[in-house]
Amino acid sequence: MKGAAEFAISMRGVTKRFGAIIAVAELDLDIPAGICIGLLGPNGAGKSTTMRLLTAQAIADAGEITVLGCSVPTQSKQARAQMGVVPQQDNLDVELTARANLDVFARLYRIPRREREASVVRALRIAQLTGRADTQVDKLSGGMRRRLLIGRGLVHRPRLVLLDEPTVGLDPQVRQELWSLIDDLRTQGVTVLMSTHYIEEAERLADDVAMMNRGRLIARDAPGKLISQYAGETVMEYFGAPDRLVEVEQLAREVGLVTRRAGPSVSVLRAEQMPPSLLDRLGDSAARRPANLEDVFVTLTGVSVE
Amino acid sequence: MTIATDRPTRLRWMEPSAIGGVLFHDRTIFRRYWASTTFSSVVEPTIYLLAFGFGFGSLVAVVAGYSYIEFLGTGIVATAVLFSSAFAGMFQSFIRRVYQKTYDAMLATPVDTHELVTGEALWIGIRSGVFGCAPMLVAIGFGLDPGPGMLLVPLIAFLTGFGFGLFGMWMSAIVPGIDSFNYVISALLTPLFLVAGTFFPLDTLPDWTLVLTQFNPLYHCVELVRHAVFGIRPLLDLWHIAALIIFAVAMWLLATRSMRRRLID
Repeated sequence: MKGAAEFAISMRGVTKRFGAIIAVAELDLDIPAGICIGLLGPNGAGKSTTMRLLTAQAIADAGEITVLGCSVPTQSKQARAQMGVVPQQDNLDVELTARANLDVFARLYRIPRREREASVVRALRIAQLTGRADTQVDKLSGGMRRRLLIGRGLVHRPRLVLLDEPTVGLDPQVRQELWSLIDDLRTQGVTVLMSTHYIEEAERLADDVAMMNRGRLIARDAPGKLISQYAGETVMEYFGAPDRLVEVEQLAREVGLVTRRAGPSVSVLRAEQMPPSLLDRLGDSAARRPANLEDVFVTLTGVSVE
Repeated sequence: MTIATDRPTRLRWMEPSAIGGVLFHDRTIFRRYWASTTFSSVVEPTIYLLAFGFGFGSLVAVVAGYSYIEFLGTGIVATAVLFSSAFAGMFQSFIRRVYQKTYDAMLATPVDTHELVTGEALWIGIRSGVFGCAPMLVAIGFGLDPGPGMLLVPLIAFLTGFGFGLFGMWMSAIVPGIDSFNYVISALLTPLFLVAGTFFPLDTLPDWTLVLTQFNPLYHCVELVRHAVFGIRPLLDLWHIAALIIFAVAMWLLATRSMRRRLID
């Protein structure tokens, strides 16, 4: 078994309370260097609090945290010097240009004077904002600002990047752009911890997914393994009137299959194991689709992640 | 992109480079707003100077042994310092903490709360050091004799502005909302500003108020400025300097502690 210092992030028995609310409960999370891990869960699952615990912007009530070999919060400044943070909420200086925003953070991250300009230029290139470097931030589009936030978090070439809901509220095209940007990071060996409540985002980008619900880690593995373990290969989705959906649920359960409600439909997991007699009886008002992380999450928690 | 390998081996509790980064941020923002900020910081005390100097000054020839323009021109330095420090400390830090989340962004970098507070207050102090001199320069135009002691005024204004900037930051961290600054301004800053010896000599007030003025940092600022311009009184001035240092240290402790409570969950 690896020691805490060998992981990019190691959290052992971490608990964080806000009054009577337990935001993070006895969290154990070890993240090896060089992978992209998706922290998946609905709003209020404890994802953002976990991120803040790693930067010592929240202090744990119990447990031990090690980030890049530094104990947090006691050595958090050292850890923060080696990590980049992309927050969920846009906190750019809107009255400054894109270049000035990066220049300020290049100094805050202690980039030596002789390397500073090149670092800013590189961050602008990563953010695909070279042509808009001298545009004031409040004149940039939402997608551009999001890219600038990512460039800001990478200006000092961090070993670890924390991305808190990096594509929330963005249109699909901008989301695709950001995905390729995040994918580039992983291929370059940067450890990425990305919180998200978008299933597709976690499936496409993450080597590993850690599912959180009500502050607890409920499952952790590669997306494919999680799906295979908890939802099988395929899912049959039945549509119809409420009575019909109740009937589907009852019949599927009789043969030991797990179902879940998804709006006006019922999904039967592990559809590949459905007996032909059941398939005949339920009729053809159904669609077969590959199982996904949403199926896993609902199976484990009973609630939807998105 | 490649991953950096040259890592800082150890970061100290108070890093000059962290404070430098915060100062650079303030300087960069200031470069966009220098004209409007300078206008309000210079014109406001100048209007006081002109209104009181010509208005009240026409009725009173000599106050506490000085011509009224000399008395007012030196005293109103404290007003300029107060306006450019306490107000900046309150509103600027409240907006950056609550609305813009700038402090959250900075604290995700290798900058700690006490460095953030120190950097912000130093910038406010530097601004006060510069803007505090404006009314004195205007007063020179109206007859105040220039002297070498005036070179000390930016330092006095800096020290006072540093303390009041921290006071403002402390207030910004303990008030429930931005509207609450009205209470701070009316109940705390206005009395301090009026009973500092700026507009009238304090020896006309009851004895008990003279004791209270010793707890007013603006009074010490006013006294130091007058002594710098008209003649230093070593022992007395050491006390005034000590009072301003004690004020700044106390405010630093309170501002840092309150800000940490607000910024770190």
